[in-house]
Amino acid sequence: MDGHVNLPTSSSSVSVGSPSDVGVGSSGEHLERPPKRQNYGSSSSNHQEHSDQPDAAILAVPNVVIRNRLSGGGGGDGSGNPNQNELEEEQGLKYGAQHVIKLFVPVSLCMLVVVATINSISFYSSTQVYLLYTPFHELSPEPSVKLWNALANSLILMSVVVVMTILLIVLYKKRCYRVIHGWLILSSFMLLFIFTYLYLEELLRAYNIPMDYPTALLIMWNFGVAGMMAIHWQGPLRLQQGYLIFVAALMALVFIKYLPEWTAWAVLAAISIWDLVAVLSPRGPLRILVETAQERNEQIFPALIYSSTVIYTYMGTHYTPQQQQPTTSSPSSSNSTTTTRATQNSLASPETGAAARGGSSSSTSGNPPHQQLPQQQHPQQQALLTDDNQALATEGMPLVTFKTNLRGNAEAAGFTQEWSANLSERVARRQIEVQSTQTGSGQRSHEYRTVTAPDNRLSAGEGQEERGIKLGLGDFIFYSVLVGKASSYGDWTTTIACFVAILIGLCLTLLLLAIWRKALPALPISITFGLIFCFATSVVVKPFMENLSAKQVFI
Amino acid sequence: MTLPEFFGCTFIAFGPPFALFIFTIGHDPVRIIILIAAAFFWLLSLLLSSLLWFAVIPLRDVLAFGVIFSVIFQECFRYIIYRILRSTEQGLHAVAEDTRVTDNKHILAYVSGLGFGIISGMFALVNVLADMSGPGTMGLKGGSEFFFITSAAQALSIILLHTFWSVIFFNAFDTNNYLHIGYVVGSHLFVSLLTLLNAEALYIATLLPNYIVTVLTGVLAFKVAGGTSRSFRKFITCQ
Repeated sequence: MDGHVNLPTSSSSVSVGSPSDVGVGSSGEHLERPPKRQNYGSSSSNHQEHSDQPDAAILAVPNVVIRNRLSGGGGGDGSGNPNQNELEEEQGLKYGAQHVIKLFVPVSLCMLVVVATINSISFYSSTQVYLLYTPFHELSPEPSVKLWNALANSLILMSVVVVMTILLIVLYKKRCYRVIHGWLILSSFMLLFIFTYLYLEELLRAYNIPMDYPTALLIMWNFGVAGMMAIHWQGPLRLQQGYLIFVAALMALVFIKYLPEWTAWAVLAAISIWDLVAVLSPRGPLRILVETAQERNEQIFPALIYSSTVIYTYMGTHYTPQQQQPTTSSPSSSNSTTTTRATQNSLASPETGAAARGGSSSSTSGNPPHQQLPQQQHPQQQALLTDDNQALATEGMPLVTFKTNLRGNAEAAGFTQEWSANLSERVARRQIEVQSTQTGSGQRSHEYRTVTAPDNRLSAGEGQEERGIKLGLGDFIFYSVLVGKASSYGDWTTTIACFVAILIGLCLTLLLLAIWRKALPALPISITFGLIFCFATSVVVKPFMENLSAKQVFI
Repeated sequence: MTLPEFFGCTFIAFGPPFALFIFTIGHDPVRIIILIAAAFFWLLSLLLSSLLWFAVIPLRDVLAFGVIFSVIFQECFRYIIYRILRSTEQGLHAVAEDTRVTDNKHILAYVSGLGFGIISGMFALVNVLADMSGPGTMGLKGGSEFFFITSAAQALSIILLHTFWSVIFFNAFDTNNYLHIGYVVGSHLFVSLLTLLNAEALYIATLLPNYIVTVLTGVLAFKVAGGTSRSFRKFITCQ
């Protein structure tokens, strides 16, 4: 959802468009790509601090513009280079390879949790209770009846998703950040407490472990509160990612348990089509969301997105007073505040401190000049929606985003220094662009700019920005639903086939993202592959393999 | 006994491939992606051969038919992935952080071969492993108690063979060495058809030749990749 906006603007303003902006907005994923340009000479220039103020940002821009060599080092600087595009693409792909893996790991973990649960806790693989949204329970043995039940159920569910998504967009457009955050917090609260409690109960029951209520309450309280803090406020990156994965897995388990069988498959197909429409069509809600977020230079709701790299801003470290104060402006201020970290995705953490993801202060030490946003910004995604509704809404949202995040640690990001350097440029550009676009709204511009650019550049030497990849939690949920559903039939080859197919679909999506540089939905390709392989494997391959392995024939 | 057996057989079959993955693949994102892509291509070949087996109803009980065509499909897809990897080599070179992937062409062959092998071994064994963990025990009432362990050992040899085959196969196409291509296809057919004897519980007659073929293929792959007895000795003595 993010990046689209920026591209055009940036390009216009800056000689070379910043590729980074490309966002994939749609529900599936969006990727924002980092611009591939690197500044070479600029690196020094980049180092300059950006004042939060727009002017500074503007000044910074020119530096940014100059891109120098890419990884090869050969690239000419100058805005005009023809090579730049190629270079950018290369970098994008290179970047992509690492980030594909960074998405593979959490996606695989999420699926692992779901599959392990399905196979060990029978509670989740059968149901007598159904969601409100699925009034038809497929109790009839007739396939035709089941079919129309499934279609009707999925239509109802999809319309709920559409309505919730549109509601979210409207709220976002109207800048009702408090409402959105309240919604997201409520959702994650429910998932982290109620659903987790149910999960714990079933887990203990499945393994026949007695536990007294005080102990259970103590565990729940600590787990839930830590999760709320990690997701909505701040915490170590790993912890936050872990909670997001767990929350996605829980949501997937809820779908697997409470959706009738055929409905689950129909919903998977319908949601991927919806994802396609919502992201790619000109008036698609997710696309609007991304573009709006880009215009505002904000992050999309953190709650809905898993980011491979979170930047914690150091809270107190340096921030420009200006920024804070500007925040006073009503809407912006709200955003800037901790509550809305989402808005400022791209904070740059000043420096190496990246290491300090934990929001360690250490970063500050390194870079004196950096201004940091007062707020802590977590690009993090916040918890998913707890409620079904919310969940649905979220699902719509999943995007893979490449964001340019600034990070102190190149290492963490896995980026080379060059990249980091480039990133800073990109960020700067972005900010600049944003400013230019938003000149009208002074307030905002201040805020945003401050956020991203300055830090990076300052630290540029070391600082690297990363573009983290963001994948909507909805994608996690539906991938896991697919794999979990496949594994509930008790055949492991089907599960593995689905898993491989989904990963390949994700790879292809990321590849397309690198080629097209626009927001892309993450669900359609993966889910299509997954469905094809799931049914083909369980119908055709499974009997063949069973025959072979029963006779111990290896092919 | 079921749980120890489960872990034992899992480690027999997947321990060495897992170690290979950790030490040679896991650190490089490009290699992981190629590994998964190779697995995907193997899945496609399996899907095709299953479709054929499924469609030809009268021959469903004649496994030899399915096996032969499955081998042919696998080799075809090995060739397809070879073409794809060779045609994207330049792009890979630009993309890869670790340029060894493209500088040494055997790495691509090795990675894709391991991908073939791992997915093949998993498909062959994973349901058997699931049954292995209990509650039933094989061999109490009929059947051979060696069923599981021989399955695991056979899966390991298949995984390793696929890796070696890919190295030989890719190089053979690079150098137009039709003898090696013939050897790959022939030994694949031989190994797969030989395992038909497992149904008669003639484990010695299948495992022994298969491991001999595995070792020979490994030696051939080692030579194809530029290894010599001297380099092997150096490797063994850690020089």
